[in-house]
Amino acid sequence: MTTERNRYTEFRPRWYRPRMSTWWWLKRWSSVAFILRELSSIFIAWFIYFFLRLVHALGRGDAAYREFLAWAASPGILALNVITFAFVLFHAVTWFNLAPQAMVVHLGGRRLPGAFVAGANYVAWVVATAFVLWIVGR
Amino acid sequence: MVDRITIEVARYRPEKEAEPSFQAYEVPCRKDWVILDGLNHIKDHLDGTLSFRWSCRMGVCGSCGMTVNGEPKLTCATFLADYAPGPVRIEPLRNFPVIRDVIVDIGDFMQKLSAVKPWIIRDEEKPLAEGEYRQTPEQLDEYKQFSMCINCMLCYSACPVYGLDPEFIGPAAIALAQRYNLDSRDQGARQRREILSKHVGIWSCTFVGECTKVCPKHVDPAGAIQRYKLSSAMEWVKDFVMPWRGQ
Repeated sequence: MTTERNRYTEFRPRWYRPRMSTWWWLKRWSSVAFILRELSSIFIAWFIYFFLRLVHALGRGDAAYREFLAWAASPGILALNVITFAFVLFHAVTWFNLAPQAMVVHLGGRRLPGAFVAGANYVAWVVATAFVLWIVGR
Repeated sequence: MVDRITIEVARYRPEKEAEPSFQAYEVPCRKDWVILDGLNHIKDHLDGTLSFRWSCRMGVCGSCGMTVNGEPKLTCATFLADYAPGPVRIEPLRNFPVIRDVIVDIGDFMQKLSAVKPWIIRDEEKPLAEGEYRQTPEQLDEYKQFSMCINCMLCYSACPVYGLDPEFIGPAAIALAQRYNLDSRDQGARQRREILSKHVGIWSCTFVGECTKVCPKHVDPAGAIQRYKLSSAMEWVKDFVMPWRGQ
């Protein structure tokens, strides 16, 4: 903005403007964690695609489902899914922890502490997981 | 406890050099000295040509922000002894053009600050006879945290988004816009939305969160931006569903 409009004058002869390195994020762990969190979105996308293929195969009948299972058990897909699982966990935990900063929840005119907001996300996660385990184990 | 410490200060004299270099000075390392005391000792006793900004010496004016050993800090609130045995490296705030030594150009921030209209806007002022605009302690609490900002720009220095894209409105300006948006006396949210909802406004922020970590006043600019993203998205949905709103 102003910086660009400022004219050359005798008293501001030459600014020094270093360029930011492409590798700025390697300097500290918190930045690496941020980049990993951003990167985790790609694995989330893969997870959704994988899940939709599963549902699609189920809809097409027994043979298609078995074909899907064989494909899912191939070493490449298995390895990718192990990495995806780690990234999905990382994605969930980091965003749950950040939720209180983005959401302010009022209850009965009072502001709920951040721990409640993050806690509610974790509780929902545990309940959903328990429900899935119950369906699988039935 | 060491009694002397070396301060390495970035020197940039545009009239005679193209790039900054470091100059080392040895100063007393007293228990009660902050980095700024060390710099003033250099200026007063060792080298009068060293240039840096400072004013209040008590974390209120926001002038003395510098990069201390790679971290953006208020030098009046950072103790020299914490860096013993040294050396301590002092550089200008990152992401701003350097004018001289550790002085940066703050014009860009000042422009952005005024662009978000950080003052109370009323559709219509009520007559003086009706008295002041009253506020409950709960209403005050809604924005008080964001009102603590001292415009020190440490958050801009820590923000990689601002470093990569200087058009980004930035953490402090958005936090200050929220300070007024959340004020029960204010009616200017729609006006501020024009600039905040642009791509260079809130949507440039990728929630790195460094701004909140370095803030000496615990303002939490990252939180302010994310909260605004949520409310801006809600406003967009309302405008989409009810296009006659706000006409």
